[in-house]
Amino acid sequence: MTIVEADSAKADEPEADSKKPSSDRFNNIAIPVGTAIALLVIWQAGVRIFGVPQYIAPAPTDVMGVFASEFPLLMRNFWPTFIEALTGFFVGNMLAVLIAVAFVHSKFVEKAFFPIAVFINTIPILAIAPILVLIFGPGMTAKVVIAALICFFPTLVNMVRGLQSVSPQTLELARILSASKSEIFWKIRLPSSLPFLFSALKIAATTCVIGAIVGEWIGANVGLGALIIESTFNFRSPLLYATVFMSSGLSVLLFASVSIAERLIVRW
Amino acid sequence: METSPQHNLEGRDLAASLNSASVKFGDLTALRDITLDIDRGDFWTILGPSGCGKSTMLRLVSDLVPPASGSVEILGKSTEAARLAREFAFVFQDATLLPWRSALKNVELPLEVGRKRGVEVPHGDRTPLELLELVGLKGREDALPHELSGGMRQRVAIARSLVCQPKLLLMDEPFGALDEMTRDHLNLQLLDIWKETGTTILFVTHSIPEAVFLGQKVLMLMAHPGRVKDVVDIELPMPRQIAMREQPEFNKYCGKLRKLLEEC
Ligand SMILES: Nc1ncnc2c1ncn2[C@@H]1O[C@H](COP(=O)(O)OP(=O)(O)O)[C@@H](O)[C@H]1O
Ligand SMILES: [Mg+2]
Repeated sequence: MTIVEADSAKADEPEADSKKPSSDRFNNIAIPVGTAIALLVIWQAGVRIFGVPQYIAPAPTDVMGVFASEFPLLMRNFWPTFIEALTGFFVGNMLAVLIAVAFVHSKFVEKAFFPIAVFINTIPILAIAPILVLIFGPGMTAKVVIAALICFFPTLVNMVRGLQSVSPQTLELARILSASKSEIFWKIRLPSSLPFLFSALKIAATTCVIGAIVGEWIGANVGLGALIIESTFNFRSPLLYATVFMSSGLSVLLFASVSIAERLIVRW
Repeated sequence: METSPQHNLEGRDLAASLNSASVKFGDLTALRDITLDIDRGDFWTILGPSGCGKSTMLRLVSDLVPPASGSVEILGKSTEAARLAREFAFVFQDATLLPWRSALKNVELPLEVGRKRGVEVPHGDRTPLELLELVGLKGREDALPHELSGGMRQRVAIARSLVCQPKLLLMDEPFGALDEMTRDHLNLQLLDIWKETGTTILFVTHSIPEAVFLGQKVLMLMAHPGRVKDVVDIELPMPRQIAMREQPEFNKYCGKLRKLLEEC
């Protein structure tokens, strides 16, 4: 029953995948790593040669020493921040996604709530954080709320754009197939929005850590934010630097997790 | 072929019939007084200056835009009833595949949706896999659209349009964005599919040679507002072959249509 011979499709073969040579990949890792090591060496040498006091700028070896000696302390403060950031990440993004869905389905809801969302977004997070700590007390809740708040707006905007990114022709196709609203949502709109959602989640993966730490600055006895404040006031600079590296490590961890999830899910 | 075209007036088996149908977009009259009977099994090509309402005519037939006046029937039914019964399918210039679905999953889409709206989804004689084979994509069923070339994507779209065995196939410049070689190849393939399935085809194009090569009848539309300028019967033998395009008769038709197009 086949009408076309097997070799008749020569005219429209896709271009062959351009495979990167492995030396390229090696260079991609080696160059930035080499640069980072060089900078650390310059930093170490500079601190030693000019005799900079440790409380102003500790040498990299001092910071590494603190990582070893104060590891239990660092980890004790890592976990609360991790939990706050992660919970805030889920709560904030979940709310943003649900509200984006409501916006796309109802022009009225969008008209009613979008200006409010924009207004909340214009309040600097540093200004609103003390209010939230006053409302929710010194426990984890306030930090989760701050982390959630900081994630919320970029995800809302991206998700709305993603859900609306379906081409008019695809919607016409859906109409010709007499697809219902829910079929259009689940089979077309939601998958279309995933690349947009993931680019928002990658932003949120780093900002939620900022939110948790800002919350801890204002009132907390545990967490990386609290440790940053404490070690600053006690002139324990190597500990301060180690804590800062821990914080950025947490961001990298969350960012990498989202990127891996994106690669597994968005394969088109 | 299911039905051979009949040209006797009584008992004509019509795939689509437009009865002084007009389409308006606000103040703009996109189509005015289109009256047209399309026999089942025929291959019509539609030509006309750009913006004259070719796409609008297909969208009118496919229940995407309502007529402002007049009426449209498909196989004796309203366009809505025909849509719900999947009597027709549409192929766009852009393949409009869902990029996260494999070729096969894209072809299966029409079988998955519409039931909630009371659509009786007719399963054609051919499975989605057989349809992919029919359009020459055997072995590529798991490929994602971005892994396929433009021509291949359009062939997936054609396979998808055939999955419910439509009696009317509406095609809006389906090969307009493809290169010459691919287009020739797909033209031949489409003629084969047409013969195989016995479906009726309305094919919009902006290429005069393509219109002559494919069509049994060429509908020429004119602009502002969109009206029927003329219907030209193409009496070249079937099956059409690429070599026919060198023949004087082929070029005579092209010349005639070019003159008509200039008058529009
Ligand atoms: N959805 C729409 N709203 C308003 N005007 C439209 C719409 N669709 C088409 N038109 C107008 O109708 C006319 C015919 O358009 P179209 O059918 O797309 O032309 P063609 O396909 O022949 O190039 C054009 O003037 C176009 O601007
Ligand atoms: Mg058009």
